[in-house]
This record gives sequence, C-alpha cells and structure tokens, in this order.
Amino acid sequence: MLERNEQEPMALVDDTRIDEPAFRVSEATAGDFFSLLKPRVMSLVVFTAFVGLAAAPVAINPFLAVVAILAIAVGAGASGALNMWYDADIDAVMSRTATRPVPSGRVAPGEALVFGLVLSALSVMTLGVLVNWLSAALLAFTIFFYAVVYTIWLKRSTPQNIVIGGAAGAFPPVIGWAAVTGSVSLESVILFLIIFLWTPPHFWALALFKSGDYERAGIPMMPNVAGEASTRRQIFAYALVLAPVGVLPWYLGYAGAVYGAAAALLGAGFVWYSWKVLRMSDGDRAMRPAKALFGYSLLYLFAIFAVYLADSVAERALGLVGA
Amino acid sequence: MAEDKQETVILTERQQKARRSRSIAIGIALAALVVIFYVATIIKFGPSILDRAM
Repeated sequence: MLERNEQEPMALVDDTRIDEPAFRVSEATAGDFFSLLKPRVMSLVVFTAFVGLAAAPVAINPFLAVVAILAIAVGAGASGALNMWYDADIDAVMSRTATRPVPSGRVAPGEALVFGLVLSALSVMTLGVLVNWLSAALLAFTIFFYAVVYTIWLKRSTPQNIVIGGAAGAFPPVIGWAAVTGSVSLESVILFLIIFLWTPPHFWALALFKSGDYERAGIPMMPNVAGEASTRRQIFAYALVLAPVGVLPWYLGYAGAVYGAAAALLGAGFVWYSWKVLRMSDGDRAMRPAKALFGYSLLYLFAIFAVYLADSVAERALGLVGA
Repeated sequence: MAEDKQETVILTERQQKARRSRSIAIGIALAALVVIFYVATIIKFGPSILDRAM
C-alpha cells in the first residue's frame, strides 16, 4: 500500500505537466468575477426593475422586494457573464472590451461559463421559491434571450441584432411588476416598449462613432452593413416612434400630467438630438452629434423612469392623504 | 530522500491572494443566501413556523 501511495502521484506528474493550461492556477480575484456581471448594465437593470416593482398597484413585503431586485440583478449579471464567455474572441479585438476579464486572461473561459450558469440557476430558483414563479419564468426567459438568442445567434448574423436583442434589456420592469402582481399588464408592457424602442437609437449612436471597432470584430452593426446615412435615418425614425410611446402612460391614464409633460419634453429632446444626427455630414469623423445623442439617451431612460416612479409614488401618497 | 517528496503546486503570492479573495466572496455570498432564505421563510409562513411541538 505504501509503495502505491508513493508511486501514484509521481506517475501522475510524469504523465501530465502541471504547467499545462488545464492545470493553470487561477489568479482571478473576486473583483474579476464581479466585473463579469457587467455592473454598469446591472445598475440600469436594477433601476428599471425597481420602477416596475414600485409602480405596481399592490404592495409587497419590503424584504421580499429587496430579494426580488437582488435576484433580477444577479440573473442579469449571469447573462452578462455568459455573454463575456461566448464573446471573448470579439471582445479581444475591440478597444472598449479588450480589458474584460476573459479576453485579458484573468478569468478562464470555462470559469466564466460555469459562473454564469450557476448564477442563472440560483437567481431563477430564488425568485421562484421566495417571490413567484411567473417572475422567475420571465427572468429565465430573459437570460436565455440575452445569452442564446442575442449573443450566440443574432449578434454575429444580422444588423437587426440589437433591435431584437434589445428585448432582453426591456424585460426587467416587466419582471419587477410581475414579482409584485403575479401578472403581466399593459402598464408593464408599455415600460417594456419604452426600453425596447430606446435600445436601437442608443446603440446605433454608439456604433456610429465606434464602427471601426465593430468592423474589426466582424460584427454586422448597422453602420458597417447599411451605411452611416441609413443608420442616421433609422435612428431618427426610432426617435419619432419612441417619443409618443414615452407619453403613452399619461395618455392611457396610468400616470399623471406631470409625468406626461416631462415625458413629452424628454421625447422632444430625443427627437432633437436624433435630428442633429440625421443632419450630420458624411465626412464628420468627430461625430459630436452621435456622441451627444448617446449621452442624452442614457439621461432620457434614467429620467423617464425616475419621473414615472416619482409620479406613481406621489399619486399613492396623495391617495393615502385623501383617504 | 528526495524521491519520497510528493511534487505539489506551490502557489505564488498573487495566486494565494486571489484564492483568498474568491474564498471570502463565496463565504459572504453563502452567508447572505442563508440569511435571505431564513428571513424570507419567516415572512412567508409567519413566526409560527418556529413553534414546533417537541
């Protein structure tokens, strides 16, 4: 027995080298794994999910509300990790993404995949067991949609990638709403529509001034497939549709006049910035209008959801005072 | 004797630090999960879930 114990480990070492990549000891810190979750995207997901949850007409235990938001955030982060696992090859050639944990070698692809899968399962199960199964099913669908439909299928095959893939980013307020009410209603579908219609002009504005990056990576983004002029026209068309949809919650009586006025102003701003992009000359390499629209689009989404939240909270508070 | 010594991987300081940071994060996440499920169970079923006939 003693002899076997002495010889077996030696035999193992002789057959395989411990410095082979498969035996590489990870140098990834907890921070590297955290950045796999795309914290900046996650913060937008948390905010929009919270608005859906807080604007719902029924109350939920505050602790379970925190659990729901946490599960949605982790689920969104997990889909980000799966995206970084699959996209490591194209991330490596784009300046914006080359320093991400997988292309920079800090996290092995297999580690990112397992991390994403484990967190996906954990977040969906937690939401289902502790909150409700409709919201858990919507979260599972969102993760699947982002990781498989967008990342693996659409992103590399069609310039409509972010139009359809944008649905994944639009789901969080619907999940937040479903976590409280146990249903999907027109109010939450309109919140979905606002993000869904906001996504193409937001990303195409970015793609206009980063088109070289996307081209090098071989991603068929609108500017390098249909051309810059067509992209600018499409950005303007989406802005024209987005602006009135932003006002819909007021028009349908789900939000007050303050929201209606704010949404109209914000929408008019979006159309104005998109108009500037439309009028941008072909030879404009600085692309200031596109950069300005990209910045404004972030402000637009944050502001319109913040006003919607404030409006519904104020309405409820006034209702309590009235009662 | 030298051949009796088992060959093992000796972690560099950087690898040790990274492993420690991952271990702490996993520990905190597990502890948070336990607290979440404990509190949520009491909220969903009420404090009576703690009253058990002995």
